[in-house]
Amino acid sequence: MKRFSNRYILIFSSVMVIIVAIILSLAATLLQPRQARNLELEKKKSILESINVPADFSNADELYAKYVTDSYVLDYRGEKKEGVDAFKVVLRIEQRKPLEQQNLPVFVASNDKGEKLIILPLEGKGLWGPIYGYISFLPDLNTIYGVTFDHKGETPGLGAEINTHWFESQFAGRKIFEGDRFVSVKVLKSNEKPVENHSVDAISGGTITSKGLEAMLYDCIRKYEDFLKKMLNKI
Amino acid sequence: MSTPEKEPLLSAKNLKLLTSPVGKNNPITVQVLGICSALAVTVKLKPALVMALSVTIVVAVSNVVISALRSRIPDRIRIIVQLVVIATLVIIVDQVLKAYAFDVSKQLSVFVGLIITNCILMGRLEAFAMSNSPWKSFLDGLGNGAGYGLILIIVGFFRELLGSGTVMGYPVIQKLGLYSAGYENNGMMILPPMALILVGLIIWVQRSRDKSLIENK
Repeated sequence: MKRFSNRYILIFSSVMVIIVAIILSLAATLLQPRQARNLELEKKKSILESINVPADFSNADELYAKYVTDSYVLDYRGEKKEGVDAFKVVLRIEQRKPLEQQNLPVFVASNDKGEKLIILPLEGKGLWGPIYGYISFLPDLNTIYGVTFDHKGETPGLGAEINTHWFESQFAGRKIFEGDRFVSVKVLKSNEKPVENHSVDAISGGTITSKGLEAMLYDCIRKYEDFLKKMLNKI
Repeated sequence: MSTPEKEPLLSAKNLKLLTSPVGKNNPITVQVLGICSALAVTVKLKPALVMALSVTIVVAVSNVVISALRSRIPDRIRIIVQLVVIATLVIIVDQVLKAYAFDVSKQLSVFVGLIITNCILMGRLEAFAMSNSPWKSFLDGLGNGAGYGLILIIVGFFRELLGSGTVMGYPVIQKLGLYSAGYENNGMMILPPMALILVGLIIWVQRSRDKSLIENK
């Protein structure tokens, strides 16, 4: 093997780093619009799934325009905030802010029966990473109409089951208020006594993900408690 | 070493570079490299296929790049240079998947990034590309990618079929009507240890058919 001088090694590594930097920044810049578009479609698809409208990337735009009629952002007191696009709010970033500064997005949709549905975004912690989703409510703002969950990297076959139909379909019809009290929905193991209207079955072997999901539902929906009550009184 | 100009592009010797890693010198079943990703991405067939393809592209192209530069790469920083080349290619593959195969990139999540640490890549660069011509290195990369991919696809096929009852997402078992006959999916197949056991079974089959692979005691 040839021996190279220190000078050569320095020049070699500098040139290498510069070339690599140029290639990578080119790739990132050129592909960025398509990636952003994918994320947008994915978000629309999830919102549609929470109102039980199955969508894919080819028809997400069209269906979203058809079903989702309005969206706005609330502050922590449940007052509407002007000038913030609900679709562009990233919940993960909001949750790092103090509650007083958080933007709380609300999406309004109508189903084929003409019922006005309220959709709220969810974001919490699973076992290995973030879990997230959307939940929609019937006009009584108490009964769950549909949910969709997804995760970054929960265990396949165990925690990852939260995005399957059997798990998600349990939520429809469950209620989040007991009288005036906010109780959310519990995710219970088979040895725990079910609570009428307020519990679903956990995933066997996915206890930490199940409990994370329960906490996510409670924490995220609770922030909207005042808003939901206020809205209900208006109707 | 023979001069590359005189040797035909696909001479018997060069073809062997392509075929030997698929069989006798398979990176997974014989050299036992790249096991980590073989466990992680083989729950379903589709991510296994994409992973196989991504690794093949990255190992072939990085082999060519390193081989073309091999006389100019200072010996003292060669490992860093190899890593930079691999990391660059992996990031490009990751970005392309995010733009053009979004659902697959979601399933593969961190494992695309982990191609960087796949021992097969570093192994081929250090053992082969640093001392062979670009064309040979390219064939060697393709061969090793194919050998790795073949095992991933076999494992992915059986894990998806027995664990979820589907092949490429198509519900085979349901269509055959086996569920109504009392058949149930084996949830164990979805868990990583079963991938190891399947790889073990493949190694067993391969060794029993090719006695030369068995070490002398």
